Amino acid sequence: MKILTEHIDVPNIETIDVFMKHGGYQAVTKALKNMSPDEVTEEVKKSGLRGRGGAGFPVGMKWSFLAKPEGVPRYLVCNADESEPGTFKDHYLMAKSPHTLIEGMIVSSFALGANTSYIYVRGELMYVIHILEKAIQEAYDKGFLGKNILGSGYDLDLYVQPGGGAYICGEETALLESLEGKRGNPRNKPPFPAVKGLWQCPTVVNNVESISATSWIVNNGGDAYAAIGEGRSTGTKLISVSGHVKKPGVYEIPLGITVEDFIFSEEWCGGIRDGHKLKAVIAGGSSVPILPAELILTTANGEKRRMTYESLSDGGFATGTMLGSGGFIVMDETTCIVHNTLTFASFYHHESCGQCSPCREGTGWMDKVLHRIESGEGRKEDVDLLVDVAKKIEGNTICPLGDAASWPVAAAIRHFRDEFEWHIEHPELATKPGAVYMRPGASWSN
Amino acid sequence: MEAKTQVAFPAETLELVKRIIARYPEGKQKSALLPILHLAQAEWRWCSPEVMDYVASLLNIQPVEVYEVATFYTMFHLEPVGEHVIEYCRTGPCCLMGGVEVYDHLKKRLGIETGETTADGKFTIKEVECLAACGWGPVFQIREKYYMHLTKEKVDQIIDELGK
Ligand SMILES: Cc1cc2nc3c(=O)[nH]c(=O)nc-3n(C[C@H](O)[C@H](O)[C@H](O)COP(=O)(O)O)c2cc1C
Ligand code: FES
Repeated sequence: MKILTEHIDVPNIETIDVFMKHGGYQAVTKALKNMSPDEVTEEVKKSGLRGRGGAGFPVGMKWSFLAKPEGVPRYLVCNADESEPGTFKDHYLMAKSPHTLIEGMIVSSFALGANTSYIYVRGELMYVIHILEKAIQEAYDKGFLGKNILGSGYDLDLYVQPGGGAYICGEETALLESLEGKRGNPRNKPPFPAVKGLWQCPTVVNNVESISATSWIVNNGGDAYAAIGEGRSTGTKLISVSGHVKKPGVYEIPLGITVEDFIFSEEWCGGIRDGHKLKAVIAGGSSVPILPAELILTTANGEKRRMTYESLSDGGFATGTMLGSGGFIVMDETTCIVHNTLTFASFYHHESCGQCSPCREGTGWMDKVLHRIESGEGRKEDVDLLVDVAKKIEGNTICPLGDAASWPVAAAIRHFRDEFEWHIEHPELATKPGAVYMRPGASWSN
Repeated sequence: MEAKTQVAFPAETLELVKRIIARYPEGKQKSALLPILHLAQAEWRWCSPEVMDYVASLLNIQPVEVYEVATFYTMFHLEPVGEHVIEYCRTGPCCLMGGVEVYDHLKKRLGIETGETTADGKFTIKEVECLAACGWGPVFQIREKYYMHLTKEKVDQIIDELGK
């Protein structure tokens, strides 16, 4: 079952004529001619669609919080900042099928009563921005954007805004600051963007994938979407796969398949690269907890783990993780967990906006201590020190970047403590090029 | 102040600047800052103080409002750079794909370290964080172009091509 990527490999699907030949823009016609904005919102609510940017908040519910004071413009802003390491699905979707997002932007903006909408794309993806701008021009030329769209009386202008290279601008209030031409410092909440967002006007921020799914929901109904998936994890999800599988790439999966099936079946990742074994997975982008092979495939209760919000988080942080953005990073037995954790710690250190001292200072400490351990100069007390610093960041910052920085370090130590200790106790072995600790008896080491 | 007379966009870019400013409501022209900084960097390779002052004048904002933004976002070069700026992704997933070796090769090949420019002014190497292409790594970017699935051989080819 494919919703977003069904036609993605059709030649020239990036052009509006080919896109329309495959059913494109029917949702715009249906919504604007036959439905009221509230009816569109109602279908999205019924679909159970949850935010695909990472937090999984129900999209329809978010829309219903939007304040609608008379005479004040409202905005829809699409979050295409995609900077969470391991995540590249929005990049893939926008580059290959830009009209999928544009069509979703039109029906979503209509539902929210927004007459100007923006797609905020990370600046590094300038080539994708050009693809989107070309596609937007085509949509204007066909009368799907601009004044009085399809004679409905509804007006919409759509613009693309480039970022400047800053992970923090993926956080929605930092994104709004950035869109206002400022530094990307997250705002205190409340007020939430739904009340005071872009230029202090009511604003909805949604991820590329969330918005792209809305046109299918308009065409087929919320119930049809909710029939896909499992429980509160409805519909399909784009999973970005990187690391040591045979076929890295972006896959659209129906939520609910088992992790084992996803990693090992030919339909998806095709298994671990030849001659190697699965050691660990980071299932939802760099900020979610890493899990060792056993726990990613099977929950602590012995159930097969499935690709859903609920199953991946089964066991809490003790034995579970999160679906997050769907950035699925697969590691085989050649992976040094200490080095991998260090690259993420450096990432968060580099990307902290510096507003909150626990995050600004704490990410620096974790980076430094991990660097010390990795280069063979770790001290006995360093592992506990890392746990302590991570704990002191978590929950003590304006935005969740602090949590995102502390979770990967805490989880790596929770599940691979012996690997950190080995680095500290045996620097002469650990610093040899390519050296990796093998846990005696672990499924990946024998 | 004289510097301002030297720094000016060509007429067609100025037209584009006008169209960009029109994307935002009246009085919110500061929102055009990032798009225009990108245009400026494409024009002058790096964001010198003169360039930033010029951008401020176009948007009718204080120069300091441009400096504080240009220094926050990593894409803007605040020092002169070479003709081709190679920005390689150093984050975890690219390392899993053998990024470290490939980037070491790149540095050896050009004889420079990260942050440096070759003596002939052709290449600058910069280290950046995840470029949202993790499954296609190792990756680097030169201007708008992504170079993916990099190997040492591919790096050599790219350098040969651009170094001509
Ligand atoms: C540090 C940080 C980075 C984030 N990066 C992104 C991002 O790149 N893309 C995204 O859609 N959401 C990102 N988010 C989540 C957004 O704040 C927001 O929840 C999301 O865009 C809402 O859209 P959704 O409900 O459709 O997921 C990030 C959050 C944080 C705290
Ligand atoms: S880690 Fe290199 S592109 Fe994401």
